[in-house]
Amino acid sequence: MRPGIAGNDSSAAGLASHAKAKKRAAAVNLPTEMPSTCVMAAGTTLEAVTMETANEMAAAEFSHVVVSHRPQIFRFLLASTRDADLAETLTQECFLKAHRNWASFRGESTAMTWLMRIAINLQKDHWRNRRVQFWRTTQTHTVDISEASDWLPSGESSQEQQLLARERVAQVWQAVQGLSERQRTVFLLRYVEELELSEIAVSTGLSEGTVKAHLSRALARVRGKLGGKR
Amino acid sequence: MIWNRRAQVEEPAELEALDPVLQQSLAHFKASVHAWSADVESRPRTVMSTAPRVRRLAVGWALALLLGLGGVSGVLLKRQHREQLAQQAQQAQERQLEQQRELDAQRAVAQQNLLAKVESDISREVPSAMEPLAQLMTDDATR
Repeated sequence: MRPGIAGNDSSAAGLASHAKAKKRAAAVNLPTEMPSTCVMAAGTTLEAVTMETANEMAAAEFSHVVVSHRPQIFRFLLASTRDADLAETLTQECFLKAHRNWASFRGESTAMTWLMRIAINLQKDHWRNRRVQFWRTTQTHTVDISEASDWLPSGESSQEQQLLARERVAQVWQAVQGLSERQRTVFLLRYVEELELSEIAVSTGLSEGTVKAHLSRALARVRGKLGGKR
Repeated sequence: MIWNRRAQVEEPAELEALDPVLQQSLAHFKASVHAWSADVESRPRTVMSTAPRVRRLAVGWALALLLGLGGVSGVLLKRQHREQLAQQAQQAQERQLEQQRELDAQRAVAQQNLLAKVESDISREVPSAMEPLAQLMTDDATR
């Protein structure tokens, strides 16, 4: 009997794991081929495809995902909470949770939508817990709207234009503050993170129709705040 | 690449249908959030050591424990004091009752003595009152 073909559980598990990792790699857009040293070493045995290799690949994929998606997740959480410390903590928790469940990520959606879904759920859990722990409400470091609108695009040339832009950003923030949790999430995902409606639907667990409805209401609110007409 | 594809998308499609003020405001808002996030991320992060937090927590717990013990002992002392006062009041009342009983007993004895004295006085008086008759009887008998 050739070693490694039959009766080698680690090789079989490694193959299954490799197949999963290949699908995942496609979702995160990594090269799907195994390194040349791993592919069918000695030509006939599968020993090279071990659990260790699959784990190494998964770790590499995950670190790639962290590097590429961390800013986006942090930005979304910062805009949602307006609290830098909280956004940082939730981002850490999001990637910790993602790391724990990375093996179960099957690559059916993009890594971004998968991570965003985790972030949204963490945020929901946080607010739910905060409601219960009423004594902790005094400990929030939420940034004031005027402070949040201080960061302005540098493209505005004149001081008047800058002032006007700052005022408008503050008005949008005010409108965003008045939105429901879902409307705010959908609005931020669409107009700050620029996700597609289908991606927002996957991230929030809502149907595309519901996402459109939330987005329309949120826009109407923003428009109302800016004093524009429908 | 998926994340690069996202970066290539300039603006959401429906923004074209929006009025220019809203369109511009949303663009400013997005740029503002991006700038804010980038600024926060670029700041050096201070990692708080857990030791002072643990110490603070321990001190907090110790103080809370002391406060709790003080409260409980205060309540117990107050209760004990109240019980002592009640006991003293009960003893005083009992003493008063005892005195009252003794006084009553003394009064009763005095009354009894008085009655006895009156009775004896009366009984002593009666023969002397009958004395002349008795003398008469003896006179008749001699006669």
